[in-house]
Amino acid sequence: MKAIEVSHIVKTYNKGKTLAVDDVSFSVEKGEMFGLIGPDGSGKSSIFRILTTLLLPDKGSATVAGHDAVKEYKAIRSIVGYMPGRFSLYQDLSVEENLSFFATLFNTTIEENYSLIKDIYTQLEPFKTRRAGKLSGGMKQKLALCCALIHKPEVLFLDEPTTGVDVMSRKEFWEMLKRLQKEGITVLVSTSYMDEANMCDRIGLIQGGKLLRVNTPSNIIGEYPDRLYALKAGAPYRLLKDLSAYPERADSYSSGAYVHLRFKNPDQGSEGRLLEYLHSKGHEDVELKETEATVEDCFIRLME
Amino acid sequence: MKQFITFVKKEFAHVFRDRKTLLMLFGLPVVQIVLFGFALTNEIKHADIAVVDNARDMASEQIILKMEGSSFFHVRKMVMDPGQTEEVFRQGKTKLVVIFPSNFYNDLLHYNKARIQIVADASDPNTATTLVAYITAIVNDYQASLPGGGPLPYAIVPEVRMLYNPDLKGAPNFVPGVMALVLLLVCVMMTSISIVREKELGTMEVLLVSPFKPILVILAKAVPYLVLSMVNLAVILLLSVYALDLPIRGSVILLFMESTLLIITALSLGLLISTVTESQQSAMFLSMMGMMLPTIMLSGYMFPIENMPKILQVISNVVPAKWYYIMVKAIMLKGLGFSYIWKETLILGGMTLFFLFISLRNFKIRLQ
Repeated sequence: MKAIEVSHIVKTYNKGKTLAVDDVSFSVEKGEMFGLIGPDGSGKSSIFRILTTLLLPDKGSATVAGHDAVKEYKAIRSIVGYMPGRFSLYQDLSVEENLSFFATLFNTTIEENYSLIKDIYTQLEPFKTRRAGKLSGGMKQKLALCCALIHKPEVLFLDEPTTGVDVMSRKEFWEMLKRLQKEGITVLVSTSYMDEANMCDRIGLIQGGKLLRVNTPSNIIGEYPDRLYALKAGAPYRLLKDLSAYPERADSYSSGAYVHLRFKNPDQGSEGRLLEYLHSKGHEDVELKETEATVEDCFIRLME
Repeated sequence: MKQFITFVKKEFAHVFRDRKTLLMLFGLPVVQIVLFGFALTNEIKHADIAVVDNARDMASEQIILKMEGSSFFHVRKMVMDPGQTEEVFRQGKTKLVVIFPSNFYNDLLHYNKARIQIVADASDPNTATTLVAYITAIVNDYQASLPGGGPLPYAIVPEVRMLYNPDLKGAPNFVPGVMALVLLLVCVMMTSISIVREKELGTMEVLLVSPFKPILVILAKAVPYLVLSMVNLAVILLLSVYALDLPIRGSVILLFMESTLLIITALSLGLLISTVTESQQSAMFLSMMGMMLPTIMLSGYMFPIENMPKILQVISNVVPAKWYYIMVKAIMLKGLGFSYIWKETLILGGMTLFFLFISLRNFKIRLQ
């Protein structure tokens, strides 16, 4: 039995005018960490809400831990943990009150499953009397995670848990998820940060409601068909502009400190001609090297 | 059950930690009672009246003395020509002029008939009528005290008694009105807002994805407001009994029971509003428009329903406050028992069931 099974789900809003999820199918194994990777508005949250029984799909079917997401919604609601994209705790209750409220709601106590949240909660403990609304972004997310975990769910749904969280906290957060996975909890997580994709066992790239590709991060990167170049120069912005006017390029975009570039029909002389072109445009200190594709590069390539 | 209690505790925490809500919850009734009781009263006290005494005899002096003795008037004695009365009104302060003709007592003794001219500023008709009635009462009173005087044989004298409220005080009228207004406003607005807030903050999503029954979410939200409204009710009643000297003639238990019914009506209305709105603002707006205006305008508390156009009279039947207002007046002022108000109770109860039915049917166990 798969932990999550989604087959041909279609979801529209505004009486069919807005297509949010377009014929999406995928499955998640038990104990797997599966990431839905895509920009804002790509349909991730809709999929989460269908799986957590909060929305009904227009077409298609889904099961969570073997239960049908439409008919057996009650069964699903008592075995999953859900952390919505928006911070969904009570701002006027303290850290401890929030946690014990959610524990009681799921018929359990903080003590019963303390081992599960221990790593996270020890960081929160110094602030346990502070109101949730006064916590920092990272702390809020950790508390929300604790609340979603406190009843030891079989499947954990985390909708953009790291949005608005600083880099350090994001790293910590993912380490926690890894530890939870070791406890046997299946995790479905979504993110719009491409660099987080590598933390998942498998990822699904989603764009405009369509699932573009599902595979392990390394396979997705391995499937990248072209040679990819990284460029750097003294005037980054002008470099980007001049590159987009270069007739031989297929694609160019900034990626971190570099500009990534693909040629239309690469041959032996491609690199030389490009350097010449940039020189003629007056760029100095031009650095050009071939580079490994990242998930982001794959995503951009697939979007075309 | 433990879940339910925890939920109720959480709701109480929300209320007590939000100063604005608290202020509104308990400040509103106190302010209303005090305002209506002491400031916005339509009773007349110390009205400026002018007396022109051309007679200066025993009878006129005694009548004037009675006027001065009453707390309704502030009497100013003046001397003026008959043509000058309008001038006095134009200055604005004087509400009424009483003119005694010369030979007043003499006429009374010899012709059994004397005249007093009363000129009132009727630009405010209610005040004018009331003042004239007071003056007439004083004159009649004097007449009755005359030796061998009083009504002549064969005269018909209507004996007027203002039942339940002999002093024509304002409080008996507005306290039931304020009770209806405050209970409805607090319950409808607070319940609808607190449910919609969960939707707006996204906590509803988490609550729904839990084994806790959605219907219990609603019930748990209603409990604190029911309790707080009872406290509110007690505060209003204590204020009206001790600060406004308004006695409760009927059964206090019955009064509380009927009020509980109204509170439940209000809670179910709040629930109904919460099922059709998505933001706190619209919930607040709907509660205000849906509750405050009809309660003030159409419950009979500000304006008598009998005087309204037919169409408004018909509409007023669906305003819960109207029925509650009738019941509270019956219990508090007339001291009537349940057998006199079972019809109103039934109507209000029916409304409650109707609102509950609609809102429970509309309540969504999902997001859409």
